[in-house]
Amino acid sequence: MSNTDFVLAIEDLTVSFDGFKAVDNLTLYVDKNELRVVIGPNGAGKTTLLDLICGKTKSTSGSIKFKNKELTSLAEHEIVRAGVGRKFQTPSIYENLTVYQNLEISYPIGRSVWGSLFFKRTDEVVDRVNNVAEQILLQDMLSMEAALLSHGQKQWLEIGMLLMQEPELLMLDEPVAGMSAKERDQTADLLNRICMNRSVIVIEHDMEFVKKIAHKVTVLHQGKILAEGSMDKVQENEKVIEVYLGH
Amino acid sequence: MNTLFNRLIGGHKGAVGLAMLAAIIFIALPLGLDVFRLGLAGKYITYAFIAVSLVLLWGNGGILSLGQGIFFGLGGYCMAMFLKLEASDPISTKIQTTPGIPDFMDWNQITSLPWFWEPFKSLPLTILAILIVPTLFAYIIGFAMFKRRVGGVYFAIITQAIALILSILIVGQQGYTGGVNGITDLKTILGWDIREDSAKYILYYVNGLMLFGCIFISRFILSSKFGMLLLAMRDKEERVRFSGYDVSNFKIFIFCVAAMFSSIGGAMFALQVGFMSPSFIGIVPSIEMVIFAAVGGRMSQIGAVYGTLLVNYGKTIFSETYPELWLFLMGGLFISVVMFFPNGLAGLYEKHASKLGFIKRYIDIAKARRSAATNDVKSTKHIQEKGAKA
Repeated sequence: MSNTDFVLAIEDLTVSFDGFKAVDNLTLYVDKNELRVVIGPNGAGKTTLLDLICGKTKSTSGSIKFKNKELTSLAEHEIVRAGVGRKFQTPSIYENLTVYQNLEISYPIGRSVWGSLFFKRTDEVVDRVNNVAEQILLQDMLSMEAALLSHGQKQWLEIGMLLMQEPELLMLDEPVAGMSAKERDQTADLLNRICMNRSVIVIEHDMEFVKKIAHKVTVLHQGKILAEGSMDKVQENEKVIEVYLGH
Repeated sequence: MNTLFNRLIGGHKGAVGLAMLAAIIFIALPLGLDVFRLGLAGKYITYAFIAVSLVLLWGNGGILSLGQGIFFGLGGYCMAMFLKLEASDPISTKIQTTPGIPDFMDWNQITSLPWFWEPFKSLPLTILAILIVPTLFAYIIGFAMFKRRVGGVYFAIITQAIALILSILIVGQQGYTGGVNGITDLKTILGWDIREDSAKYILYYVNGLMLFGCIFISRFILSSKFGMLLLAMRDKEERVRFSGYDVSNFKIFIFCVAAMFSSIGGAMFALQVGFMSPSFIGIVPSIEMVIFAAVGGRMSQIGAVYGTLLVNYGKTIFSETYPELWLFLMGGLFISVVMFFPNGLAGLYEKHASKLGFIKRYIDIAKARRSAATNDVKSTKHIQEKGAKA
């Protein structure tokens, strides 16, 4: 495939599980500093798409290029090191560690065995943790065990862990699931702030929330793209209303 | 430097635990036991190496190995091979068909020393082998399994199978390994008789110091970012992978360290007990070692050492009087640990330490009162208040 200016260029991507094509010949481009929302009914292949990008699932055919670097052949940790961060649908944090430790583990220094044995907690690390904790509104809870956080705070913590990695592409799977209205607003603010210098892909069902954050919306249906464009344009699309929004 | 020292000691709380253990191992046991019983204690302490390794591997890393006997055995055999060669000098074996080779080889019609016995003529090479052979073996097993993401129960079963295979192999190759009897009649190391009482005392202390060395090394590992990652991997392996870590490398490393600890224990066992046999490699000893760690507390190195000492002490007492009941008791002990106190003795201590702390505070207040009464009556009230607050 040819090189492009896009941060993420997915071309002709297919994954088939025993003949069932969860993602079917999909082509998708994400621009620099863009916040893209992917919506679609259950089983449309949204989460599978993120799994494919971050290497959790291997594609059957097609290409995924991140800054013109082919990702399909890389292992998960190599994809992360290339600059792709992924938040899972259910908050995936280390419950038995403190908020501080959760963030520090995600700091991208000392990632090898020896590196981690001789890792030193420098001022730089502490500053960075404090900085991120402030962004995710957890600056007063650094020494608290992560298991004791509320559901919404756990979601933020996971976003914070991704921010520690300074990814150029951030993928969030249903970041506001289980959050209160106030927490949703705060999360929308947070996302709008953090996409200033990176590209973000968000999967979300909450249309109100999508309207607040989306630059561009992609609608998936049965592993294929049904529509793509601004939120208003997509909402008027008859096919989209039929399979998804109409329900 | 100061912080490194703190990490190894484990702060104020860790220092108290270490000091207590040191007092028991280095002072109380040698003073309170006769040479025979001290030899038994020394033997138990060699098992404690494995318990400490399991705290790293299982308690913190969540990797249950039911095959630590493999590495204990390899270390033990390396040491025993060296000692056996020294005991088989041509003069003392002159009645054999081929003098100068171990007696069991002669009985099995082997006429020259097999090539893999050659390095064990030298003590430095033997020590190197004790440190490297089991570690390398662990690396190969770990690489094959962790890179393919084999874990949990599957890993436990495979390690157990390897332990069984190794013990069968050793039993089967009688001419090269001494078979089911193992390697016996070990006498001297560099001419120094290891069967004498003075040697037993010295070896006991060397053994204890090595155990503390292993505890310090594991504290260094656990107090680093690596230790934090181990805990993180135990709970959310996937997340660690998606934070940019190659999880398998960390697992391989900790498995190798655990193998090396166990191997040192095995070598010390051969030195102190004077023989090595395949009965320390197979399934039963490997599982027993997991029970030692579980009873003591799989999150605490010091707890694991106590667990090993106590369970083995119990084993000796009970199997002297009711040998047939011991296995049932051991099984019952394991079940009750898992069901009622999953963090073992160390967990119980942690839970009730606050009560002990209360008693300590009470004593402090009483002391303060007494001294205050002699000095200044007024200040008593102040100290009482302070004590009540604390």
